[in-house]
Amino acid sequence: MAVFSLIIINKAGGLVYQREFQPGLRKLSTNDYLVLAGTFHGVHAITRSITPKLPLAAIPNPPITPTTATTPSPNIASPSSTSTPTPSSSSASAGGYTYPNPGVPATGLESLETDKFRLTCFQTLTGTKFLLFTEPTMANIDVVMKKIYELYADFVMKNPFYQLEMPVRCEAFDRNLQGWLRGRA
Amino acid sequence: MSSATKASRIGEELWKTRVDKVNAELVTLTYGTIVAQLCQDYDGNYHEVNKQLEKMGYNIGMRLIEDFLAKSNVGRCANFRETADMISKVGFRIFLNIAPTVTNWTSDNNQFSLIFDENPLADFVELPDDGRAQDELWFSNILCGVLRGALEMVQMQIEAHFVSDVLRGDDTTEMRVSLVRYIEDEMPPDEE
Repeated sequence: MAVFSLIIINKAGGLVYQREFQPGLRKLSTNDYLVLAGTFHGVHAITRSITPKLPLAAIPNPPITPTTATTPSPNIASPSSTSTPTPSSSSASAGGYTYPNPGVPATGLESLETDKFRLTCFQTLTGTKFLLFTEPTMANIDVVMKKIYELYADFVMKNPFYQLEMPVRCEAFDRNLQGWLRGRA
Repeated sequence: MSSATKASRIGEELWKTRVDKVNAELVTLTYGTIVAQLCQDYDGNYHEVNKQLEKMGYNIGMRLIEDFLAKSNVGRCANFRETADMISKVGFRIFLNIAPTVTNWTSDNNQFSLIFDENPLADFVELPDDGRAQDELWFSNILCGVLRGALEMVQMQIEAHFVSDVLRGDDTTEMRVSLVRYIEDEMPPDEE
């Protein structure tokens, strides 16, 4: 048994769920959890946006060169035309770089590890983030994560009285989650 | 392997291993009752009934998508064509055990039709003989809403509507789905 706690963050960065699974864990104040969720949400977005991009190979260079060549003249010619070069130059720089593997979209922070714990973040395609705090040695976290997502889909999303994006107060979700994690131990 | 065959395989596998089955009559009768009740509540105003069904579907879709993703474990689709195959061969497969045909693409790949050869929601149904239902009611309109809700949750704004229905005496049941836009990187207004 190595799962310490779980945090769920909605797509707007709001904390919607937080539970400990080990007795006697020191708790943060509610406010600290909210701050933690919001901060992590921001850091996650930053880590995604700083994903290094590689310059494209020689192929797009020809279209870029004429653009940059024409850009200076309208700039000098009249201030009214400055709006035209701006998008063209930005599209040139955007077209000039790409992610290492363009087919795969950039994700944000996925795990964070210290001597004492590992934080694993799983973001669903809908934007919800599951943060799992475990022992650093724990294996098969993806299995645990997948099961948690399934339980969430079942007992939270399918509960007709659960309001989307609001804090999760579903007793059946708590029960099943704890039961399953205990069963694993 | 084409994305369609891949999607078929995923759908097949999930249907066999991961889906709890329920009696088909239960589904048909429950849905039929809802539509009939709405027709009564809105006093035969079928436009309003269509709207309500779409809205109900929208709310279902927003929830159902999580179940779809949790079960299927699929990643983001690379383009709208792949999305269409996912909807037909995985989505409809696991929730209704049908796989409507994806066809009639526009050249910009932003619009397609789903042709329903079978439709479990409409088994046994005959539209009311009041001279208007045949022209106004889209009996299975809830499905349009489900698609809209589900796709909105994965950053696609779409528009879906039925263009024909065998219940109305048409030759086919056809839903038209149009991609309005991809909702850009969610940087939602969090200053609440």
